[in-house]
Amino acid sequence: MHHPRRKPTTLAALAALSLVGVLGACSSGGAAAGGGEAGSEDTTYTWWDPYPQHDDSSDWAGRVQACGEEAGVTIERTAYDTTALTNQALLAAQEGTSPDVILLDNPAVSTLADTGMLTTVEEFGLDISDLDENLLAAGVVDGETYGIPIGANTLSLYYNADILKDAGVDPASITDWDSLTAALGEVTGGGHKGITFAGIGTEEGSFQFLPWFWGAGADLRDLDSPEAVEALELWKGWLDEGYAPNSVINNSQNTVWEEFLTGDFGFAVNGTWQVDSAAGADFEAGTVQLPGRDGGVAPAPTGGEFIMAPVQEDTARYEATRQIVECMTTPEGFVETATTFAYYIPPTADGQEALLTEKPDLEPWVEAVRNAKGRTSDDLGADYPVISEALWTAVQNALSGAATPQEALETAQADAEAGTS
Amino acid sequence: MTTTEATATAGAPPGVGQVPLRPRRRRGPAASQWAAAGFAAPLLVYLILFYAYPLWRNIDLSVHDYTIRAFVQGNAEFVGFEKYAEVFSSATFPMALWNTAVFTVVSIVFQYAIGLALAVFFRSGFRLSGVLRAMFLVPWLLPLIVSASTWAWMLNSDNGIVNSVLGAFGAEQINWLTSPDTALLSVTIANIWLGIPFNLVILYSGLQNIPGEVYEAASLDGAGPWKQFWSITFPLLRPVSAITILLGLIYTLKVVDVIWIMTTGGPGNASTTLAIWSYREAFGTGQPDFSPAAAVGNVLILIALVFGFLHLQLQRRQEDS
Repeated sequence: MHHPRRKPTTLAALAALSLVGVLGACSSGGAAAGGGEAGSEDTTYTWWDPYPQHDDSSDWAGRVQACGEEAGVTIERTAYDTTALTNQALLAAQEGTSPDVILLDNPAVSTLADTGMLTTVEEFGLDISDLDENLLAAGVVDGETYGIPIGANTLSLYYNADILKDAGVDPASITDWDSLTAALGEVTGGGHKGITFAGIGTEEGSFQFLPWFWGAGADLRDLDSPEAVEALELWKGWLDEGYAPNSVINNSQNTVWEEFLTGDFGFAVNGTWQVDSAAGADFEAGTVQLPGRDGGVAPAPTGGEFIMAPVQEDTARYEATRQIVECMTTPEGFVETATTFAYYIPPTADGQEALLTEKPDLEPWVEAVRNAKGRTSDDLGADYPVISEALWTAVQNALSGAATPQEALETAQADAEAGTS
Repeated sequence: MTTTEATATAGAPPGVGQVPLRPRRRRGPAASQWAAAGFAAPLLVYLILFYAYPLWRNIDLSVHDYTIRAFVQGNAEFVGFEKYAEVFSSATFPMALWNTAVFTVVSIVFQYAIGLALAVFFRSGFRLSGVLRAMFLVPWLLPLIVSASTWAWMLNSDNGIVNSVLGAFGAEQINWLTSPDTALLSVTIANIWLGIPFNLVILYSGLQNIPGEVYEAASLDGAGPWKQFWSITFPLLRPVSAITILLGLIYTLKVVDVIWIMTTGGPGNASTTLAIWSYREAFGTGQPDFSPAAAVGNVLILIALVFGFLHLQLQRRQEDS
């Protein structure tokens, strides 16, 4: 509660300062003899991203600076965590002090676009024809594209090979829900723990539930369909059988990964970003694709950030901004981003090829990303956050036993309808 | 100010002191009023900037329909009390209100009772009592994220130490934080633990103000410890108790961090209080919903105000009698 209170003031102060800077630059720009002093002020471009884990000395920060230098400007980078960044972006837009470039989690793109604070890709004249459509979808609102994915990640099913061998389960046999549930039975029957996943009451909970939800054939516009109920019953069934611990109700994805690393669990649902950590585990870890109900690969939601250019009063700034965005979205740029982030899958076929020649063992992840689906796709746009909240609440209510899956999802559908109409 | 003035008058010869009084009386008020205003100005600016404006802004948010678009473009539609009607008719409202009441009342009763018991216990000043008392302050000194996370770990359904101790006595696994029946209880227990030091410190200092002779006289009259507590300690501590409970009440009403870290108000809405609900609407989802959040916040402020006035009323009646 303290942060949001304090930040607007700091922000207002910053806003006032930068406004003075901009005004100074403008006035001296008008007078032809303006000179170097004001010019140097003008070439500082602001950049916000959600990677506070990468400080100014990191590879990522170096890469951002390099893109700035290429465009002939200095980039001032500020990192926030994802939720804070969304709020900051909205506040800055309200004050008219948006940064030149924002990198933000893909479901937030349609929310920001809805406020009219973002420029479209066409306005910038950027070529997006070779981007994978399923990955670009999160940035498209009413036919207009408002951002470009700099990479994508998604979920897969990690397994502990030692435990599976002990229980006599062949990971290749896991192709649908029934075979997975049967494998869980074998694993827990052998005295191990079955599966862990994140059912927490935040966006992460929805993110992890969606592969099962979509894998059953359910639609986010219809939360209480029989398919949706089946997906929730699958999770609830695992809890009731003891295949998954009760604590998954409060698990974040980080907690899930920590639990998996203890070596007690046969399976864990987690993302591309844990590839390196899995390789360094005390046991042999592998992945299989998340199965759909009746076989095949379930569409997992895409994760990953979009690069966006907020509307500026001084449109002369757009030229350098365009160069910065282009620098981040060349095939080489995508691969560089991919390896910096251990791992991001590039959103273009070229980029994916280039990454696979460097890292052939990422093949299953490229496959998973190609099958993945944007959370705001299906024209959900800014309605998605409302629907998602209803969905994670239903998951919480059903798993904790406060309601049956059917009741929980009926309530969720009613809430989602009330919230989006 | 007053002391320098007093010494100046006292130090001046009596004859001289009277002469400058007349011109000062004529010009004085204007100049001293300016000075007074000047000295008060920083405080007034501070109050307006950090108290009046946020409060006004909160009310402003709650009577407009601030969708995200309206928030950025600043053209929110005035909707009067529509957001309040939405909040009151929401299915979450009765649940959040009930949870807030239970959370606050149970927290305060136990914090006060345990705090008072410990204060009386430490009053006797035995050896090491200073060290022990200092140790009781630890919950107060720890950052909330640390203590709340620790409680969450201890109460974990599968790996928590609480369940493993209970399990050693043959009890079944209790899903402290993940069952709708116990989630509110769990966060309340954690909050009681956090609030004991505050009660202990204030009540202990209150006890220091009760003169020892009263107890001596009572023991000469043959009053035992139990009788002494109910006839001396408790009645003489009443003003301190009242302020402790009131401060605790206002503090507990607006608790967000402990609950948010331990359960995020869940599972479902099982541990959602009004403060959590407000926070969740504004900052907990991908789509900030500032208007209903501000409306819930204002309801909370009103509740706190009612108790504040109640306290003033009680105090006035006490002074009158």
